[in-house]
Amino acid sequence: MFSESISIALAGLKANKLRAMLTMLGIIIGVGAVIAMVSIGMGVKDKVATSIAGLGSNLLVVTPGASNAGGSRQAAGSSITLNEKDALAITQEIAGINLVAPAVTRSYQVVFGNQNWTTSIQGTTPDIQGIRDYNIEEGSFFTNQDVETRARVAVLGKTVAENLFNGGTPIGQTIRINNAPFRVVGVLEAKGESAGGNQDDTVIIPLKTAQERLMGITYIQNINVQATGTDVIYQVQDDITTLLRARHKLTATTPDDFTVRNMVAIMAAADETTSMITSLLAVVAGLSLLVGGIGIMNIMLVSVTERTREIGIRKALGARYQNILLQFLIEAIVISVTGGVLGIALGIGASYGISSIAGWKTVISSLAIVAAFAFSVFIGLFFGIYPARKAALLDPIEALRYE
Amino acid sequence: MSILLSEVTKVYQLGGERVNALAGITLSISPGEFTAIMGPSGSGKSTLMNILGCLDRPTTGSYMLDGQEVATLNDDQLAITRNKKIGFVFQSFNLLPRMSTLQNVALPMVYAGVEKKERLARAEQVLAMVGLESRMNHQPNELSGGQRQRVAIARALVNDPTIIMADEPTGNLDTKSGDEVMNIFSELNSQGRTIILVTHEPDIAEYAGRVVYVRDGLIERDEWKVR
Repeated sequence: MFSESISIALAGLKANKLRAMLTMLGIIIGVGAVIAMVSIGMGVKDKVATSIAGLGSNLLVVTPGASNAGGSRQAAGSSITLNEKDALAITQEIAGINLVAPAVTRSYQVVFGNQNWTTSIQGTTPDIQGIRDYNIEEGSFFTNQDVETRARVAVLGKTVAENLFNGGTPIGQTIRINNAPFRVVGVLEAKGESAGGNQDDTVIIPLKTAQERLMGITYIQNINVQATGTDVIYQVQDDITTLLRARHKLTATTPDDFTVRNMVAIMAAADETTSMITSLLAVVAGLSLLVGGIGIMNIMLVSVTERTREIGIRKALGARYQNILLQFLIEAIVISVTGGVLGIALGIGASYGISSIAGWKTVISSLAIVAAFAFSVFIGLFFGIYPARKAALLDPIEALRYE
Repeated sequence: MSILLSEVTKVYQLGGERVNALAGITLSISPGEFTAIMGPSGSGKSTLMNILGCLDRPTTGSYMLDGQEVATLNDDQLAITRNKKIGFVFQSFNLLPRMSTLQNVALPMVYAGVEKKERLARAEQVLAMVGLESRMNHQPNELSGGQRQRVAIARALVNDPTIIMADEPTGNLDTKSGDEVMNIFSELNSQGRTIILVTHEPDIAEYAGRVVYVRDGLIERDEWKVR
């Protein structure tokens, strides 16, 4: 009986091909839009996630608070309350830590030959490699011994290397940072943009060299800490806060003179935002699917009215309520399912199209495909049931009399 | 007794007004009878036909069809009864467009749950009985009126019903095709089938062995012809 209803429904659709196709178009566009929009949303989400992850995984950054000179507060990070001993204490006293790299940063002009380039000079320890995922492309990173001996060596970011050397090999060459000579020992692999800007526009030199030979300071500007995992990172964050408060002899009422930023928390916040954007896009696209469903209902009602006489004939010949109901319901579902399948193809095609033409990253989500398809079947059922019931409840005598 | 109506009434509610379409009809039709129902328009003959054809239920009274009370059946049970026991032939043929002759004839068997193969074989057989086996792949609009009505008769016969109900079957046909169609009914009747014919043309009623005259919702006369 069911297969009969399907073939009857298909024959009914074939009789009005153009109309069925146009109705289907509503569902095709709806499903396609849901899939394409979710792909874009997921692409954005993915991109934000990788760019935050590019800063380093399980990363905590400790920065000093704002300095307070006679009631006039300076910019955050301007305080000089952090020093290398704090970093050492964190390494020694707190559990759940992989690597710790204290750092100072300042902008200087870098000169090689007749080329110059102003960039941020980071003074830090070799542990920064593991924390920030820096990979060496050429040469090598400086060593802990270089830090202790205040060696004048430098590792260049890709952008700096390209701008100073124009394709020449930088290893072994001497560059001048703020007029002091430094020997280039390594070039980093390109990392691209991240949440903090271009990560390749940097020069890394040993921490003590930077402090004493370049900047003339004894404090440090931030401490990069890598926790052993996301499960302990919040605990590590609390422990660092407690430790530093104790070390800085802050009373219970004094606010922290430092900030511990948790990249996992930032990532979670960003993830929440991008998820919201994705849902918003999906909901807007879902509305077009709903409109498509209304289109199905509309055309099915027209079809029932047009075929009143046919329904009367079928009923006179012995069609029961469920026969007629199934016939029209299946017509509606065939429209929505076929539309759903074509819509999936359209959505996937559109996602590829958008990513190749607009250059946006798109991620095709199988969940979105399944959900959009299921929703289109549901829409066929939901919007098909009313017209089908209307047809099935027709009085055969009235229906036969209908002209 | 294949058909037994006793004290059947039908009351319609027409815009707040009660219309007594049938005012108490008692009628029995034996198997193998060829009965014509005649009457002017508004006489209630269409209502009577609808009740006899199980398209409608009487307001009061009883209708025994093949020993089964059908006056109290629900819609689905009526549909099953129509499917198995009644074959309809309409004035305007009522074939489904865009379906071949064969499919049209096979349609009642779809609702009877007959297998496709058997359906098509039996439909072909019945089409041969009305002389249209060569037209089985044509669509109704490719056939003449007389041919269409013969297809409709084949469709009415295909589930081997107890009664063939024909409602003005020659109303849309020229005299020649009408005679052809009526001859088929006579032929079917001589094979022992019960035929009920609703008409207002005395010439057509001539084919029947019994004529029931309906007026104002009542049976006015009931005539048997001696053949």
